[in-house]
Amino acid sequence: MRARDIPITAWIGMAGIVLAVICAIFAPLLAPYSETEVVGAVWQPADQQFFFGLDNLGRDILSRLIYGARTTLFVALAATVISFSLGIMLSFIAAVTGGIVDTVFSRFNDLMMSIPTLIFALVVLAVLPQHLIVLILVMAILDSTRVYRLGRAVALDVAVMEFVEAAKLRGEGTTWIIFREILPNTLSPLLAEFGLRFAFSILFLSTLSFLGLGIQPPTADWGGMVKENKDGIIFGISAALVPGSAIAALAVCVNLVVDWLLKRTSSLKGGRGDA
Amino acid sequence: MLETSNHLLSVRNLKIEATSYPPGEPPKRITIVDGVSFDLQRGKVLGLIGESGAGKSTIGLSALAYGRGGAEITGGEVSLNGSDILTLGKGGIRSIRGAKVCYVAQSAAAAFNPAHKLGDQVIEASVKHGLMTKEDARKRALYLFRVLGLPNPETFGDRFPHQVSGGQLQRAMTAMALCSNPELIVFDEPTTALDVTTQIDVLAAIKHAIEETGTAALYITHDLAVVAQISDDMMVLRHGKTVEYGSVQQIIEAPTQDYTRALVNVRQEIRHEAPDQSKPLLKVDNISAQYSNGFKVLHGVSLHLCKGQTLAIVGESGSGKSTLARVITGLLPPSDGKITFEDKPLTPSLKSRPRDDLRRIQLIYQMADTAMNPRQTVRDIIGRPLTFYYGLRGSAKTARVAELLDQIEMGNGFLNRYPAELSGGQKQRVAIARALAAKPELILCDEPTSALDPLVAEGILKLLMKLQEEQQLSYVFITHDIAIVRAIADSVAVMHRGKLVRFGPKSQALSPPFDDYTDLLLKSVPEMEIGWLERVLTTRRMESAGN
Amino acid sequence: MSNPPETGTLPGLRFRSRFPLLALILERFLLSLALLLAVSVLIFGGIEALPGDFASTYLGQSATPQAIANIRADLGLDRSVVTRYFEWLGGAVQGDFGTSWASKNSVSEQVGNRLGNSLFLAAFAAIIAVPLAVGLGMLSVHFRNRMPDKIINVISLAAISLPEFFIGYLLILWFAVNFGIATFPATVFDGMGFFDRIKTIALPTATLVLVVLAHMMRMTRAAILSVMSSAYMETAELKGLSAWRAIVKHAAPNALAPIINVVALNLAYLVVGVVVVEVVFVYPGMGQYMVDAVTVRDMPVVQACGLIFAAVYIFLNMLADILAIVANPRLRHPR
Repeated sequence: MRARDIPITAWIGMAGIVLAVICAIFAPLLAPYSETEVVGAVWQPADQQFFFGLDNLGRDILSRLIYGARTTLFVALAATVISFSLGIMLSFIAAVTGGIVDTVFSRFNDLMMSIPTLIFALVVLAVLPQHLIVLILVMAILDSTRVYRLGRAVALDVAVMEFVEAAKLRGEGTTWIIFREILPNTLSPLLAEFGLRFAFSILFLSTLSFLGLGIQPPTADWGGMVKENKDGIIFGISAALVPGSAIAALAVCVNLVVDWLLKRTSSLKGGRGDA
Repeated sequence: MLETSNHLLSVRNLKIEATSYPPGEPPKRITIVDGVSFDLQRGKVLGLIGESGAGKSTIGLSALAYGRGGAEITGGEVSLNGSDILTLGKGGIRSIRGAKVCYVAQSAAAAFNPAHKLGDQVIEASVKHGLMTKEDARKRALYLFRVLGLPNPETFGDRFPHQVSGGQLQRAMTAMALCSNPELIVFDEPTTALDVTTQIDVLAAIKHAIEETGTAALYITHDLAVVAQISDDMMVLRHGKTVEYGSVQQIIEAPTQDYTRALVNVRQEIRHEAPDQSKPLLKVDNISAQYSNGFKVLHGVSLHLCKGQTLAIVGESGSGKSTLARVITGLLPPSDGKITFEDKPLTPSLKSRPRDDLRRIQLIYQMADTAMNPRQTVRDIIGRPLTFYYGLRGSAKTARVAELLDQIEMGNGFLNRYPAELSGGQKQRVAIARALAAKPELILCDEPTSALDPLVAEGILKLLMKLQEEQQLSYVFITHDIAIVRAIADSVAVMHRGKLVRFGPKSQALSPPFDDYTDLLLKSVPEMEIGWLERVLTTRRMESAGN
Repeated sequence: MSNPPETGTLPGLRFRSRFPLLALILERFLLSLALLLAVSVLIFGGIEALPGDFASTYLGQSATPQAIANIRADLGLDRSVVTRYFEWLGGAVQGDFGTSWASKNSVSEQVGNRLGNSLFLAAFAAIIAVPLAVGLGMLSVHFRNRMPDKIINVISLAAISLPEFFIGYLLILWFAVNFGIATFPATVFDGMGFFDRIKTIALPTATLVLVVLAHMMRMTRAAILSVMSSAYMETAELKGLSAWRAIVKHAAPNALAPIINVVALNLAYLVVGVVVVEVVFVYPGMGQYMVDAVTVRDMPVVQACGLIFAAVYIFLNMLADILAIVANPRLRHPR
């Protein structure tokens, strides 16, 4: 894999992700103002001093955007990592064990998936206390159903291959079969799926925050910032669109990288590049 | 006869190229066919023969001015009735396809549209090209169904592709090709995917139909014996180039090229039968087995194998021969019966089998591609059993792997290669080395050569025999190929629909008196002898007349 | 996969071997019913099992034990879970979802009106999105790997990544505020004329169309491509058929089933997309009703809305599966 084989779209995607990560890590150093400090008039337009202008309370939008990257990335990433670990672990156990374990896991997963994710989240968040950990766990568990479905399909594809049977015939244990025989052969599609789930987590978190059920103020978070500034739209004030664009741009960047990963996976298999 | 105008199809200096896209590398231009020329007269059949990648299908499709999967005809001429079809425009080519030249694919099951009735698909080209009315086309289809020996020809056309068997579909595809009364038909391995007892019927039907309708044909196959039955002339191809071109008789009886000679002489007997011993190594006693859905696959099979010998299990797809191997390995515990190995009973299920029992019985698969983890190097693949069974690590392991590579006639230059970097034959050799690494007493070989080209397969068989001599190995060799059985077996088991129909030393099992199925099986295997098909068909007709 | 004749003695199996298609559809239907029942248990029971006492949430910090007990009795929370579940389910089946804790009004009355509004919006979006998506998908296949296809690919990839509310506000800013050619908020009321109604929902509809279009188009493209690369399309070409006939006669009947499936799946997606779009445009539909109820923890409303959304979603998925079954020639013409 040489650098020049990576398409320009994937480079753009990676650059965008790196930028967001830098903002998240070095937020206190990069942000000109603090997250909650009121520095001027409500919805003050952009000028030399305030690059994106001020928000509905007179806080600097650029600063909140940079701090927001922190919250948004952290929550989305945490949810994705948990959902991924959970989904992959359960799906691989189901695929390798088979039988009753597989049936029970898979039927329950079907049940969870028969309720639309957003609706499920709304019902659950209506009961649970508003807390960051709760939010991350709800997002992770709901998302893990999608990971489970893909993980099981991918693992089954590999588990029926003869080299896995050969390992069983040799007398290898389940751990060896999962980690040494199956996992190395599923890394590519799983990596792409991780990106896809991450992009989805960003959008999902933003949607929940926008509906007022995600990150609670005054902590800055991109979806929440849209909600705070949405009333300005009618007066032609585009403050809400700045964090909106940030969400869209980050999701586009992740998807560009995923698209490249998916194409690479299919060409490695010698399959067609489309679909 | 030397005048060009007499030739229906005349191919001159054909060159076909394609662009391949290897992952992580710049696109490469590859030549599939290079400078091939031949002539075909009306009503004659030319056989194109070669191993996979010889370019035979690509040449066949060039008669329809078609390049599959990005293949492009970049040079030469393909003249039909004296005019070059490669220079025709789209419309011109379309008026030839399906009207003057028709195509029969290897997999009729995929080539028929699942959404339409067979009859409609058979007559479609004739009607759309305006060659006949719908009624006339239906009449012709009915006539062809009869000629091809399809059951219930009157109603056969009303059925959908998934409602008929594979052999019938292949015949229906032949009917589709013949329907428009074409001057030339391209048969692309039409019987390769069929079982041997089905193949002879389809082959006979095709031959009869060609004679009856007087069409010319290009017959593409990898099986020399099949070509000998159906063709007048034959061309041997390798790596896109002509190796030898002449009449079938000349090539089979007096080949001039080394490659052709090797093909003709493939699978002479390698091993002479060893005598049966009183104490068998493996004893299978009244084994029955069924799938988890209750479908019974094996019914009371009993057989045995002596140390240092080869037991060949022969049968068609669905005969239960591979299932028997799975039962012996413990992958599918039997529902009844027992298996003894060196006088001790084997635990039915894999999970409860002691590690040393697992070590002593190894399995070699048909597809070496899928039998090896693509993410492991040759060193890892062969080395794992060494670590697992013998605790070898580090340099001791590497030394032993190198020794094993030596035994399979591959150097230790292959140590760090991945399976994808090996040829088909090399992969199968590595699979053999992996089995040897466990120092087994018994190796189950599940059709290890049937996915390989004949000469490569020959090399693998010779290797297996050499290893048997050196290490006193015993083999259970599962195959559908009688020629292999003749070449390597000591004892033979014939299976049919889950039952053992014949078992004994090779000399007895393959000599008369036969049971009905073994008789049919042996008589269905094409022999490399001109006129064999007619002879078999005549005997059959006489037998059925006598009954 | 036909059953061996000797097992056909049981009545169920005999029905199955005689009407395999009908049996499959019936099976799929019963599965959906079971799924819906399980979902109702999950929605009701899940809420019960989760921590957090409603009565204390309901009253806030100032709750005295006496007040909490009163409220619990008032809301019927002092009875057993099983009793309440069956009362709730029995009511739900008859269209009675109880009374809202917040407004003390009948939930069903509120839901009835709003469900109509939501379905109208979703249906209107579907009427525009489906032909557009299928058409663009075909266009993309036709220009496969050439410029138009690549442009469509990049744009649709971007569209998938845009959050619904972002598209919504962008459209509002441009069309309602800057150009003043559309209305915001999208308030509809009873007795409103059909054309006024359509004019009002123009922006929310456009948002929904943009949201589902990209997904539907990409899936349509993949479905058509897999049909076009099959061996029978090569057969059609080698028969010398015209490209038009090959597509109409040979590709279309086989591509129809996967495309119908794609459409049904995306309609299910539309149902969820409606929630956010309604909040953005202050449209009086189910989605907004549910989000408001969640914010004030009005459980009867949340349960009712959750169940109804899940039911619509399950129904559309079932429809997709059944259409796929019906369109499969192997099942339509059994051996």
